Parts: sequence; C-alpha cells; structure tokens
Amino acid sequence: MEAETKRRKLFARLFHSLRRTAVGRLVARVCRLVWHWLRSIRWRSWAFVAPALVLIGFFLVYPTVVTVARSFFGRGVQLFGPKVHFVGLDNWQFVFTNEIMLTALRNNALWAVLFTTGTVGFGLILAVLLDRVRYEKVVKSIVFIPAAISFVGASIVWKFIYAYRPANLEQIGALNAVVVALGGEPVGWLLQRPWLNNILLIVVGIWMWTGFCMVIFSAAYKNIPKQLLEAARIDGANEWRVFRRIILPLLAPTASVVATTMVVQVLKVFDIVYVMTNGNFSTEVIANRMYKEAFLYGNYGRASAIAVVLLILIVPFMILNIRRFAAQERGR
Amino acid sequence: MAEVTLTNITKRFGDFTAVDDVSMDIEDGKFTVLVGPSGCGKTTTLRMVAGLEEITEGEIKIGERVVNRVPPKDRDIAMVFQNYALYPHMDVYNNMAFGLKLRKTPKAEIKSRVHEAAELLGIEDKLKSKPRELSGGQRQRVAVGRAIVRNPKVFLFDEPLSNLDAKLRVQMRTELEQLHHKLRTTTVYVTHDQVEAMTLGDRIAVMKDGVVQQYAPPQETYDHPTNQFVAGFIGSPAMNFLAATVSRRDGTVVLAGTGFELALPAHRSRDALPERVILGVRPEDLDGPSPDGDDAITLTVSVTEQLGHSLLVYGDVDEAQVVASLDPHRKVEIDSTIHLRVNLDTLHVFDPETMETLV
Amino acid sequence: MMNAKKLIAKTPLHVAIFVFAAIWAIPTLGLLITSFRDPASIAGSGWWTIFPRLLSGGQYSLENYVGVIYSEGLGRSFLNSLIISVPATAISTFIASFAAFGFAWMGFTGRRTLFMVVVGLMVIPLQMTFIPILPIYNKLGLHGTFPGIWLAHTAYGLPLTTYLVHNFMAGIPKDLFDSAAIDGASPLRTFWNIVMPISIPALASVFIFQFLWIWNDLLVSLVYLTAQKSVAPLMLSIANLVTNRGQDWELLTAAAFVSMALPLVVFFSLQRYFVRGILAGSVKG
Repeated sequence: MEAETKRRKLFARLFHSLRRTAVGRLVARVCRLVWHWLRSIRWRSWAFVAPALVLIGFFLVYPTVVTVARSFFGRGVQLFGPKVHFVGLDNWQFVFTNEIMLTALRNNALWAVLFTTGTVGFGLILAVLLDRVRYEKVVKSIVFIPAAISFVGASIVWKFIYAYRPANLEQIGALNAVVVALGGEPVGWLLQRPWLNNILLIVVGIWMWTGFCMVIFSAAYKNIPKQLLEAARIDGANEWRVFRRIILPLLAPTASVVATTMVVQVLKVFDIVYVMTNGNFSTEVIANRMYKEAFLYGNYGRASAIAVVLLILIVPFMILNIRRFAAQERGR
Repeated sequence: MAEVTLTNITKRFGDFTAVDDVSMDIEDGKFTVLVGPSGCGKTTTLRMVAGLEEITEGEIKIGERVVNRVPPKDRDIAMVFQNYALYPHMDVYNNMAFGLKLRKTPKAEIKSRVHEAAELLGIEDKLKSKPRELSGGQRQRVAVGRAIVRNPKVFLFDEPLSNLDAKLRVQMRTELEQLHHKLRTTTVYVTHDQVEAMTLGDRIAVMKDGVVQQYAPPQETYDHPTNQFVAGFIGSPAMNFLAATVSRRDGTVVLAGTGFELALPAHRSRDALPERVILGVRPEDLDGPSPDGDDAITLTVSVTEQLGHSLLVYGDVDEAQVVASLDPHRKVEIDSTIHLRVNLDTLHVFDPETMETLV
Repeated sequence: MMNAKKLIAKTPLHVAIFVFAAIWAIPTLGLLITSFRDPASIAGSGWWTIFPRLLSGGQYSLENYVGVIYSEGLGRSFLNSLIISVPATAISTFIASFAAFGFAWMGFTGRRTLFMVVVGLMVIPLQMTFIPILPIYNKLGLHGTFPGIWLAHTAYGLPLTTYLVHNFMAGIPKDLFDSAAIDGASPLRTFWNIVMPISIPALASVFIFQFLWIWNDLLVSLVYLTAQKSVAPLMLSIANLVTNRGQDWELLTAAAFVSMALPLVVFFSLQRYFVRGILAGSVKG
C-alpha cells in the first residue's frame, strides 16, 4: 500500500513538473485542439449523407473524370494498361470529322430542336385547352399513358405504324394504310433519309413525352388566378390575346424549366434509335454511336471521346440548372 | 420547480444583435411574460432558455445549474409552440407519450401521466385521434398536455394563443391561468399581445430591440412605466403623447402645449426638467367635464366609438390624435370642442431624447 | 338555348382535342388489337379492319402471349425485371432519404455546396460512366449479376431521388424538430420516428417514379448485364426480339404489351402519386 502511494505521488510530481515545461504545455494545447476539431466535425451528419456520397462518387464522379482522361488514349480493353497508348487528339479528330459522327451530331441537333419544341408546345397547348372541357381527366390520362410505357414498347408501337408492305399487298401499318387510302403508294418510312425518317423517330419521342410536359404545364396553368383571365376578357381581349399576353408570359418560367429538362433528356436519346433503326439509314445519334464504339468495336478511347462530347453538350444546361437551383435555395 | 436566471445574455447573428445584454431573475413557480413587438428578441431569448439557440454571451441557469452547454432534452424543460408542433402521424396519446417513451419511462407510468394530463385539459376522449382531426383549440391543449406530462422544472410558451380566434384565445387564457394556479411550475411565456401579458404574468418583461425595457409586475408597468415605449405599449387604447414645453410658476412646473396648460401638483414637480418634454396621458385618465378649461385638454372631436362599457372619443391636437375613454352615457358631438379634465396624479412626463420617464 | 350556343362555339375546341386524343390513343390501340390476332390475319389485313366484326369472338386468341411468355422466355424476363427493379428502387429510395434528411436538416460545413453538386450531377450522361466502371466490375465479378446492377441503378438514380425527397423534407416545419429536440430525440430517432412516417406520401411518389424508370430502362441493362436469359430483364429481351424477329408482329405486339402491363397497372392505380412525383421536382410553389 505504502509503495503504491509513494509511486503515485512520485508520478504525480513528475507529471506536474512536466506540465510546467514548455514542451508539456505545447503538447497539451495540441491535444486540446485535435479534440475540439474532432468534436466539431459533425460525424452524425456525415453518416447520413455518406452512403449516397460514396455511391455517387464511385458511379458518377470518378468515372466522369476518368472518361475525360481516357478520351486521349487509344483503343484497348484495359483502362490505363501497357497496351493503351496516349494518342492525343486522334479520338477527338475522329469525333469531329468522321462522317457518321457528323451525321449523329446533326441528328442530335434535329432531335433537340424538334423534340423540345414538340413536347413543350403540345404540352402547353393541351394543358390550356383541356382545362376548358369537362372530360379533361380522361384525355389527360390518354396523353400521359405513353409516358409510362418504355421506349422499347413505344418503339414497337410506332414501328408497327410505320410498317411497310409492297404495293400489291394489304397494308398493315396505319400510316401506309392512310397513304394508300388517299391514293398514294406505300412508303418504307424508316428508310427515308435524311430528314423524314429522323422526323418520324422524333415523333415517337414527342408522343411519349408530351404528357409529361402537359402535366407540369397544367399544374402551373391552374395556378394562374382565374380572376386575372376574367379581368382581361372583360377588358375586351379575345382568347388569342389572353393567351399571348397573359398566359404565355406567366407560364414562361415553367416553360423554361421544362424545356431545359427536355433538352437534357433528348441529347442523351438512345433507346428509340437503338430499337427502331439501330442508327442505320442516317438516323445515328451520339449515344448510340458511343455504345457501338465501346461495346461492338471495342474502341474505348473513341467511345470516351464521344461520351465527353455528350457531356460538353449538356454542361451548359447543368450550369443553368445549378444556378437556378441556387437562386431557389437562396430565396428559401 | 426551479428558478431561471439569465445573466448578461446576448445573441448575435453575424452583425445583427437580436438580444442585447438581458439579465432577469425568474423566481421559482412564477409566471413571467416576455412581451414586445415582433423582432424585439423575446422569442430568441426563450429559445436560448430552451437550448434551441446557442448563447453568444452570458449565462443561463436553471436552478443552480448553468445550462449554456446542456442540450434541450437534458434541461428538464417543456415547450409549447405557436403552431403546436404536433407529430401529425401519431395520435394524441402518442404525441403526449413520445418524450416519456424516449426517456424509457415505464409504460404504466406513461399511461397514468398521459391520462391525468388529458383529464386536466379535457381531452381524454380524443386520445386516439390524430392531430388533423382536432380543432385549433384542441390541438393547443394537446400541445400543453405534451408539456405537462413531462413534469418539467420550467414551462416555455412561444406565442401559443396567436393562432386561435379571439374568443378561443380568451377562453384558453383563463384555462392557462387556472393551470398555472394548479401546477405552479415556473413558466416563461412569450407574446406580442399586451393583454395576455397583463392578465397572465406575475411579472412581465417588456422588450424592444433586444433590450429589456422594464421587468416588473404588470400593474407597475402600467402605473410606473420606465420609459415612453413601455408606457405606450402597455394599456389599451394606448397612452396619448403630446409635445409640451416646460416653464415654472410659483415653484410648480407648468406644462403647456396646443390646447392645454397644466400645472403639476407640488409633490410631482421636479427641478431638473428639459425645456421640451413629452406629456403622456392615458385615455382613461381623461374624463369629466371641465367647463373652465383648467387642468384640461381642449380638443375638437373627430370620431366617436361606442363600446358599451366606455365611449372612445378621438380628437386632433396639433397633428397628434388623442383618444379619450369616457363614460358611455356622455353625449359628445362630432366637430364639437370639448374640454377633458386631466388626472394630474397619473400623467407622465417623458424626455423626448432618451424617452425616459421623468415624472 | 344558351347551352346549345356554347356547345357550338366550343366545337372547334372539342374537335381539336378529339384529334389530339385520337393521335395519342390509336397507336397503342392498334398494338393491343394486333396482339390478339394470329400471324396470318396480321399479315393479311390491317388491324382496323376488325372493327366491323369487333365482337365476333373467333378472331381473338391469347396464343401470342402464351408464345411470347413461354417459348420466347419473356416470363423469365418479367421476373428478372422485378428482381432488378424492386430492390434497386427500395435501396435507392432508402439511401436517398438518409441523404436528403442530412442535407435538409443537419448542419455541416459545405452542406449547401455539396448538395448543389449532387443535384447538378443529375444531368451527367450515363455514357460517361460505363467505361471506367466495367473493368472494376469485372474484377469484382459483379458484371452480369443482380447485385451489380442494383448498385448501378441505385447510384444513377440518387441525384434525382435525393433532390425530390429533399424538396419535401425541407418543407417540414422547423418547430417539429424543435419539439423533438426538447422531447429528447436524437437525430436518428427524429429521422426514423418522425420524418420518415411523415414523408411516406412523398416517398411513395418517388418510389413509383424511380421504379418505372428502372423497369423501363434499356441502356443500363445492356451495359451491366449480359443478354443471358437467366438475368436479362424484359426490355433487354424484347429489344433482342425486335432485332431477331423484326417482322413477327404477333410476337412483338404481345411482347410490347407484356412490358407495358405492369407500368400501366401502376399508373392507373397510383396516378396521383406518380403525377405528384413529377410535379414535386418541377413546379415550384
């Protein structure tokens, strides 16, 4: 017992004298700092967002960075192995000069313009028109159903409509049936390059996504106070005027959001083209091209470059989105 | 039961000081009301007592314990919110039991406490209902019940009656009074309504811009406001303020302004008075005819409002509007000129610069 | 009298709407009808020709569906789609809820910036991600497996799902959290016992939205799964069917409908949630 107490006392004395030295004080301060820093990191908050961040980091952030780098390297299965050489701008040259690539770029532009105009335009018109009839809900469902169908399903639906039979046989595709009924010759629609077949593919997209836009516009439209429109009508404006000068401006912010969403979607269009024509007959699009280069031809360098092109096209809209989102959050 | 002691409490949000050096001693078992216009810092102060806001400077003690760093759940407090903050997916019973369950209180005890509180508040038959099925008043009772079952040392109320309609508000007010009388728990209550403050509080703290203007029993804030703000805030209709100049005559102070010349009684005359002051007279202190105009204010009547228990007469003196609360049977004509006798013992004089009460 | 006038005045409106409705309904209708006809009839006459004899039973049969489900193996694919979609959506929604709560109600440095980054990532084309991931997947043996595609779908869906759930959670009144703090609930408790139950409608919308998205997906399946019948989901199998049996309309139409069946059922029974899900993300206020 006595020895124990003696030892303790000695230890305490040593400890206290050590503390008084400069080194001791420094160590103490560092320890305290680390302790406070550890405590200030909100472990629990990070625990909540960590799983999502890890998954996003691995599946979205890391690959994006790597793909950009990869676009400067050659073909080959491995990522950065000995067989993969740095090829500088070769892939990029391909992307911007190869004929099929140029066709794809042209087609994507066509998609972007027509698809967006179509979905937004029809969505808006339908939203406004349907508000005035009693069977609104029924028609809304009809227009919206294609949005629930997959691209694959829609592609089959419309492939069937575009079906072609030689003139001496009965037509089974609705479009050709109409043409024949009107006295014309049946047409192999999906073969009509360079514009018609692309447009027909875009029609499929519009058919699918108009419902989506319509639903959004309908909600926004119903938010417009009815008195505003009635006041205008009483003031003598006809329906067209009311639409142009009141409804449209008020729906413009919604239209802007919807349009950017649509554009971002359509730049990545893949399924419809893959199923209906697989990019043949000059209907190729960027996403499909990337898939082929990577998984059919095994040229990962080129495929990476093509993917990066997609990214570049989308980045402006990403920035727009983020800015808009930040403004929203600030207003909160 | 415990006292709550605030010492030099300050709360800053960046450059903005919401609560500025507030110190208060709230005695055990007393009902203290923090009252003031919106933005005066009363809710922020309450939230600091609750532990929902961090204290920038100063110290809060509950009982003997400094609670600055103690999380809300360990402070032994309960709070009733303006919007009730009931958990929408739980029924009334579970709303009230939630806090107890988290504290691992035995089931039997939870049951008895919840039922007791529910009975006290008259909501026993609603224990299985969800908040959305209840009326505003019932929801408020559930919120109070949730606080009661915890048997806390301190009750905190954040404008609990503001969302109720006028009639319900009066009813709930009396119920809260009875509740306090029964439970005798230390209570801190925040409101912007001075009527609530006056009727409920054992002591009220009138706040403005983060500073406590006066901390005293209600009657004292009425009779002896420490400054013009308190004088104008307490009492309804509000006190009238008139500009006046000071002169002396025969050793007494004379206050003169448009439509009046008043000689203060000797026991109220002070020596050190600025030349220009603000005269404060409560509407209920203006009464009685004064045919000769002595000790009276002259005004031209613009509007009269018959309330039944009193007649409110509005008149203009200079650009200021003066309100008088008269006997309801008085006959007063619009556009007539009347003289209203001023109660010289209860008028107040304020320094126009500092707003402090001089007399 | 007034009503008749109104009716006439509104006729152009009704006509216009009718045209729209027709254009939207007819394609699917044609498909549906064709799926019940035998190959000979399909090749011989257009589907609209059945209308005069609409109700005569003899021309309809379920042969195509039977064939497509059994011989072509779409029954198996349907199951695969379920096995892929349900867990992926569940995991995605679950993780997104945690993250959304963390972003909405827990303070930590860089929270706002990080959240904006996550939301911004919504638009990244998936093509950017395949090439670097696949070698890693191969090494881990995840390529062509269900867990592999669960992770992929979950991760790809996280930005949008987190955004939608966050939208909802951020709107929960603050004093509910204050009350929970005073009652003694830890953040985890608050999340699990209070926030999650309240969020169920929003979570349902998000779940349905995400489920349909994954169910209808083709690209991710193409990349992460082989076309082996044992794991191929519906869309993948049907896409192959189109490539291989492009003119066999009796099979294709039935296959298309098999793929549409579930989404349509979900859509019709849960339309409310679906629409709310879209609106939550797009219309502000």
